[in-house]
Amino acid sequence: MQTEIIIAGFGGQGVLFAGQVMAYAAMDAGREVTWIPSYGPEMRGGTANCTVIIADEEIGSPLVLNPRAAIALNLPSLEKYEPLVVPGGVLVANASLVNRPPLRTDIESVFIPANGIAEELGNRRLLNMVALGALLAKLPVLSLDEINKALEDHLPERHKKYLELNKQALQRGAEFALQTVA
Amino acid sequence: MPKELLKGNVAMAEAAVRAGVEAYFGYPITPQTELLEWMSERLPALGRTFLQAESEVAAINMLYGAACTGARVMTSSSSPGISLMMEGLSYIAGTEVPVVLIDVMRGGPGLGNIAPSQGDYNQIVHGGGHGDYHPIVLAPSSIQEAIDFTVLAFDLAEKYRTIAFVIADGNIGQMMEPAELPPMRPLRTEYPEWAVRGAMGREHHFLSSIYIDPKDEEVTNYRLMQVWNRIQANEVRYREYYIEDAELVVVGFGTAGRISLSAVRNARAQGLKVGLFRPITLSPYPFKELEEISQHAKKILVVEMNSGQMLEDVQRAVKGRIPVEFYGRMGGMVPFPDEVLAEILRIQQEEIPLDGDPRQRWMERFAPIINWKN
Amino acid sequence: MVTTATPVQVVYKRPASLSDTPTHYCPGCTHGIAHRLIAEVMDEMNIRERAIGVAPVGCSVFAYNYFTCDFVEAAHGRAPAMATGIKRVLPDRVVFTYQGDGDMASIGMSEIVHAAGRGENITVIFINNAIYGMTGGQMAPTSLPGQKTTSSPTGRDVESMGFPMKMAELLSQLEGAGYVVRRSLHDPKNIRMAKKAIRLAFETQIRGLGFSMVELLSTCNTNWGVSVLEAMQYLKDHMLPVYPIGDYKVSPALENLRV
Repeated sequence: MQTEIIIAGFGGQGVLFAGQVMAYAAMDAGREVTWIPSYGPEMRGGTANCTVIIADEEIGSPLVLNPRAAIALNLPSLEKYEPLVVPGGVLVANASLVNRPPLRTDIESVFIPANGIAEELGNRRLLNMVALGALLAKLPVLSLDEINKALEDHLPERHKKYLELNKQALQRGAEFALQTVA
Repeated sequence: MPKELLKGNVAMAEAAVRAGVEAYFGYPITPQTELLEWMSERLPALGRTFLQAESEVAAINMLYGAACTGARVMTSSSSPGISLMMEGLSYIAGTEVPVVLIDVMRGGPGLGNIAPSQGDYNQIVHGGGHGDYHPIVLAPSSIQEAIDFTVLAFDLAEKYRTIAFVIADGNIGQMMEPAELPPMRPLRTEYPEWAVRGAMGREHHFLSSIYIDPKDEEVTNYRLMQVWNRIQANEVRYREYYIEDAELVVVGFGTAGRISLSAVRNARAQGLKVGLFRPITLSPYPFKELEEISQHAKKILVVEMNSGQMLEDVQRAVKGRIPVEFYGRMGGMVPFPDEVLAEILRIQQEEIPLDGDPRQRWMERFAPIINWKN
Repeated sequence: MVTTATPVQVVYKRPASLSDTPTHYCPGCTHGIAHRLIAEVMDEMNIRERAIGVAPVGCSVFAYNYFTCDFVEAAHGRAPAMATGIKRVLPDRVVFTYQGDGDMASIGMSEIVHAAGRGENITVIFINNAIYGMTGGQMAPTSLPGQKTTSSPTGRDVESMGFPMKMAELLSQLEGAGYVVRRSLHDPKNIRMAKKAIRLAFETQIRGLGFSMVELLSTCNTNWGVSVLEAMQYLKDHMLPVYPIGDYKVSPALENLRV
């Protein structure tokens, strides 16, 4: 049994780190996990994505065509990954940068104004944690406590001052998702 | 040691540090540059040697010089850079000094791209440099294996005075997985008898790959082959999954191997008797083990991220006993497990001919996948 | 018959750093002189036991046969890289390369320039005889304008074949270079000057003053197609004007050193 999550957006939206936080949390929980980024020249200012797989046995492919869940932080990512999520899966899209409603009806979609919520918290860069909180509310592959613990343990030293804000962002994202009628 | 979440390139670099590497020479190239960068920070801090060379040509020759002193040495690069190192590798092989190389393969030929590939199989396993020599080639499929095989590469290189390669691909270089690093080994304080370190109180030593009299060179070649025989007899490594009752055996190494594992599991979930054979040493290749498999299984599917470079070694082992099929992605494209599963399902149902060329059959099936128009 | 015993005085002997090996070089070749000078300097400095030589590809591919210090044999042109590898793991050894003009100034141009640029603490003995010797007299990067060789049968036409590479001048421009000079082996006075330069080059290395190179103008009577004496005269008449003898870079720290 494994769960695959693709996180995609612009470079600078914290796509890779959001995936790493999940990977740390999964590792600390004793699970098998892989984290793999898209890499290359397109990273600088272009699109970025990473795939996280969490499992209970040795993980085969670190990449999948059809993930269980996707977080799309911009419109190009939504266009690319909305069609790929497996039926019954979860899609979180950043409604702040996406000017259309969800197209799929066979998956659970949360369109969350991640930029807006992050700005309310005082720092737009928290948008990745807002989206991650929303995802985990719908896909409880890891608990928010486990993610919070991972942040405490693995947030880079220079970002430690943002620890509480990151936790709040996760919480706000989760609350938003739970209020949204699926 | 507790598990850490490690990126492949960094994990291999730190594994080498802990295995006691004394000197690293390299040149930046994607997708292995983090390895060089890690060395640039760690080695000087530990009082060891790091040098960014002006080219891969210089790097391999610096490595050659340092290896002649009996020090534990390594370099790393990616496919085009490894091509540039082939001259030096042949000299190193001919001089019989141990070195470790890590190749994080990328798409080719030529400048190609920086995406994951297995296109260096032939240039590394089947030569590259001139003359008769065989490096040891280890192919990790996870970060833990990347660590373990890096350490193993040093030990094997020194045991046999040979070249040991760890060949990964961009996926393994860039991926993060929880893995355990080995404890820090103390640096060696004694050096091999043959080392060139200055003729202090002894006859002078000379290390070279020159044997100007062909009779001597022939004897040297024979000695190299004898060492290779010992390596073949003792160092074959591989991993099997669900092989016991498998009617169809998928063969794949490194990333293609673990992708195939996903497909094999899915096939098993559908009740199909499918297994996976994952060679770990690509050189020496597990010919005997594959031959045994071909005596029990009914069909074989080779999956690679190239156009079937290992396929030919599989065919050598199978000797036409059972049908072999091939599925590959090339040029930096990475197959999804779904593609491999589709092949498994097809092969299970179809009659596969014993004769004919699996590569030709694959090319015909493959053309529509890339929208090829004749 | 009565013989009177006269006291024997040794005025000339083989240096301990030079092995007792019959030469494979052509009669009249200046490689032998260069080898002997290096060996004499190693003896005088008492560095044989910590010296490591790097042989090139070319006529001096067998240089290792003539020395009693440790030696390795490099790929064509790569001696400075190989020497770098050795020196970096054994910084207290005296590491030197011995390279010809094809090896160093053609195929190995990248390695020599970067070794000098890094200020690599190695010593390079550069034999410039303006021709490829081992392969049988082809044009070298240092061949003179108009010089006939087996691959420039009508003479080196600088318009199509380029100009001579002036390595001492070129390398002296690099900040990593501590000692870069050109000397000649065509007569005893110049040979004495060459030996002193080799000594200073090794002193440069031992003092950690950076890269050192001694370019030695040499002859190749065989491939030049002249007699030994004519070769010496040719060097004097034709090479010296193109390749002036001189000190192109001398680290200030060496200026007061007397050897």
